[in-house]
Amino acid sequence: MEKYMTFRDFLINNIVYLDGGMGTLLQQKGLKPGEFPETWNKSHSDIITDIHRAYFDAGSNVVSTNTFGANSLKFSGSELEEIIRCAVENARAAAKLSSSQKEKFVALDIGPLGRLLKPLGDLDFEDAVDIFKKTVALGVKYGVDLVFIETMNDCYETKAALLAAKEASDLPVLVSNAYGEDGKLMTGASPAAMVAMLEGMGADAIGANCSLGPRQLKNVMMELLENASVPVIMKPNAGLPRFENGKTVFDVSAVEFAGDVRELVEKGVRLIGGCCGTTPEYIKELNLKTKGMSPAPLTDKGITVVSSYTHAVKFDATPILIGERINPTGKKRFKQALINNEMDYLLGEGIKQQDKGVHILDVNVGLPEIDEVSMLTAAVCELQAVSDLPLQIDTASPEAMEKALRRYNGKAMVNSVNGKEESMEKVFPLVKKYGGLVVALTLDETGIPATAEGRVEIAKKILAKAAEYGISSKDIIFDTLAMTISADKMSANVTLEALRTIKNDLGCHTSLGVSNVSFGLPQRDAVNSTFFALSLFNGLSAAIMNPYSVDMMKAYYAYKALRGLDDNCSDYIKNADSFATVPAAPAQPQTGSAASQQAQGTPGSSASAASSSAASVATESPLMFAIVKGLKERATELTKELLKERKPLELVNDEIIPALNIVGEGFEKKTVFLPSLLMSAEAASGAFEIIKAAMPLAKEAAGDKPKGRFVIATVHGDIHDIGKNIVKLLMENYGFDVTDLGKDVPPEVIVEKVIEIHAPLCGLSALMTTTVPSMEETIKQLKEKAPWCKVVVGGAVLTRDYAESIGADRYCHDAMETVRYAEEVLA
Amino acid sequence: MNATVLTKTYEAPPVDEREILRYSGVKPTSTASESDIAALKELMNEMLSESASVLTYKVCYATLPVSTDGNTCDFGAFKVASKNLSKKLEGCDSAVFFAATIGIGIDRLIAKYNHVSPAKALMLQAVGAERIESLVEIFCDELESSVGPVKPRYSPGYGDLPLEFQRTVFSLLDCPRKIGITLNESLFMTPSKSVTAIVGIKNKCFIEEASENGSEKPGLKSNQKHHCGECRLVTCPFREV
Repeated sequence: MEKYMTFRDFLINNIVYLDGGMGTLLQQKGLKPGEFPETWNKSHSDIITDIHRAYFDAGSNVVSTNTFGANSLKFSGSELEEIIRCAVENARAAAKLSSSQKEKFVALDIGPLGRLLKPLGDLDFEDAVDIFKKTVALGVKYGVDLVFIETMNDCYETKAALLAAKEASDLPVLVSNAYGEDGKLMTGASPAAMVAMLEGMGADAIGANCSLGPRQLKNVMMELLENASVPVIMKPNAGLPRFENGKTVFDVSAVEFAGDVRELVEKGVRLIGGCCGTTPEYIKELNLKTKGMSPAPLTDKGITVVSSYTHAVKFDATPILIGERINPTGKKRFKQALINNEMDYLLGEGIKQQDKGVHILDVNVGLPEIDEVSMLTAAVCELQAVSDLPLQIDTASPEAMEKALRRYNGKAMVNSVNGKEESMEKVFPLVKKYGGLVVALTLDETGIPATAEGRVEIAKKILAKAAEYGISSKDIIFDTLAMTISADKMSANVTLEALRTIKNDLGCHTSLGVSNVSFGLPQRDAVNSTFFALSLFNGLSAAIMNPYSVDMMKAYYAYKALRGLDDNCSDYIKNADSFATVPAAPAQPQTGSAASQQAQGTPGSSASAASSSAASVATESPLMFAIVKGLKERATELTKELLKERKPLELVNDEIIPALNIVGEGFEKKTVFLPSLLMSAEAASGAFEIIKAAMPLAKEAAGDKPKGRFVIATVHGDIHDIGKNIVKLLMENYGFDVTDLGKDVPPEVIVEKVIEIHAPLCGLSALMTTTVPSMEETIKQLKEKAPWCKVVVGGAVLTRDYAESIGADRYCHDAMETVRYAEEVLA
Repeated sequence: MNATVLTKTYEAPPVDEREILRYSGVKPTSTASESDIAALKELMNEMLSESASVLTYKVCYATLPVSTDGNTCDFGAFKVASKNLSKKLEGCDSAVFFAATIGIGIDRLIAKYNHVSPAKALMLQAVGAERIESLVEIFCDELESSVGPVKPRYSPGYGDLPLEFQRTVFSLLDCPRKIGITLNESLFMTPSKSVTAIVGIKNKCFIEEASENGSEKPGLKSNQKHHCGECRLVTCPFREV
């Protein structure tokens, strides 16, 4: 059909009227519960066309095709193509038939897939992207004007859909999410977080639809308007449904609805329509109520922001802390963890830094011995499963950067680009495509300029080049490079001057890796924290720093309080306790006395076996006591102290293992409960971790020698891994060399690992009847390709007989039984 | 009969501490020291307070007509073959299908503690199990007070009601969109602390049955702890027969 302007042009200059509900109207026309509405595009094309036409007649500029659930998860390839072809045809026919003189566009409607993405769900991100791409490609083939991604209630899936729309088409893309009463998506994202991610990826308009009526959606709309530089969409429900005389009615009338929406158009909303329960009447009222209004001007909000899947972190007056501890540089234990693929160690560093109060986690896994490309993506994905902090993807490899950025759930910080042509040509396209706030180092082909002016010149060059790629200065954060003052006494001054100029004259945000400044000096914290305070005063927006350093945290909170950034000094006061220097725990605390037992919460009169053993060991060994009672911090401290005098192996054999035995036997006699057993096991792990750090080359730390290799996994299709982790923890405690393959692991991966390390024993876990077949398949493949390997199985639905029938060597009811069996097999 | 799906959001139901401890593996019959129990309660309280802010209590539901011939239940729009469910819906003329969840937040916390503290992960798991059960109890109590006595709830996967039936329940209730529960290929629900079930309704059915069967008392709640004897999972650690 002839059209004098493209949708993008129309969007810039107009209030855009979208359409209203489809599902509710189809139900009235006889759509059955559970029937796919998309199939009606073909079977009832007249009804679909009539509905579209009624919306155009009522004043809609855009109607969305009846393709909410049209994806390859629900329909076969040929069915899907037929559905989309008919859907677009119906909408086009409606536009022709309509008497409306308005601009008319057809949007390819895309709803959520109904499956949750990994790690919480089982759908792989790339699979989701591919599924959306198929739908988008068909929309393009049959000639839609734009893509409308709507009702998305998960941040990650929204990213997959937008990425697919961008990769499979050049069409304008509108993205709208379904927010709950708490103003968040089902999986927790705030409107500001969604704006950060979607704008970064180049959505043409961003908004909210479904879930709520216009009034309940007001706060969400206000947050979107505050943050978005692109046009904002509002497409609410007609309130909530209820029954009246056997019919479903919605509690907000068309007139009321239009009045409420108008209020938000006054505030700046530019694309309006309705969702569930709204009809052409609602769109007509919207047109009447907003007649003659002009769209609010579009302004770039200029917000520098990164986001995770829950929240946005904005760079403004309050400085941002970026935790630097996920980085192998100069850390033996961290290197060892990367080489051994001990992901838990890395995740623990992330969680600990979050507990210390950092806002962003830097992630650097660059080490020559490992495959950084796959490790970085794995680390990013695993961290996002345990921490909701935004991440800074820190790598020198563009390939690793792209893979990690693509998988990242939110808008990441990117570390880094620099003034070299090659660097900018590699990094800027990635930032443009995936969104991101990129750290720009003020160095180029000529090196690091010795003067502040030189560094500022490079900053200007970087800004100009970024603009060529369509990246605005708000998405660049400059690092003016802290260099050690031990090599050049003026270096800190130059860094600070460049920092100040970039902040004041270029209006850009800044970041520094603060710790470099003291390289080569003793008592580095003193220099670092003073430099940190100076940098903050000179306009530093963010610091990559060590949050475990008390001096750095002191400087941070004191600075905030001094600069009027901490109301009532409340953050300072809240954290002041942690500033006090903690005295080291005494090597031999008073033990055996009534006082110490009470302090540990043990009534002297306890009659149970484990506790009386505990009470008796308390007199001899405080470490054993701490483990038996599950006091992890105490066990860790004591191990540190004891190692000053005693050999690691002696501690393991004389204290830790006997303590574990007391608890393990208690568990078997049912005098100790599972959570208590686990608390003890964790305390023992804390002790082992200290021992490992003390003798980093010796995996044998956990025993005279490793008792044997054990591969463990939750089988393919199964995503519940608490039971598996319990077995893993206990097996490690008892000195087995455990390789944990995680959850939802395909049979081939398990077999491959068993063969690779020639493991004599493999543990498999399955929670539900639906995943036992994949356990059976795994056992079959193991028996065929690794006949030496015994297979032990466990999980809620299994029984001894069931385990036998699927070919397992042994069923174990709990973790202790698995340990005993392993000792038997590997003896 | 209307199959429109309605949703409800609830405040946090009262906490049943004993249930949480039971789910965490504390057996009422075993002998453990008081100090161990105190430590576990401390862990429980820590996990309750840590999870409180991330929990949401949501239910969506729809009512369908039902008839049954003892082998198959016919809900108009679809049928399912199940003797056990037929028995549960005997004499009922309608059935409420519902789905309930306490949200994804607790799964995230469990995932986090899985890496740093399996004891906390286990306790959170128990907290989640108790929270979702308590939510379902409240919903069923409300249902009972609005429509009169209802039958005990029955879920896909119980007895001979195939777990596959979960797909039908999901397409009926539009769970992903209404309250954010998704179903994966292995028929797991995410958030993991979610329940779907079917509850039979007919004002008279309960009283009639109670007079036939002395073991069932009138006014028995739908949410009454299910009968372990009916369940085929004989290795269940919580089995009480």
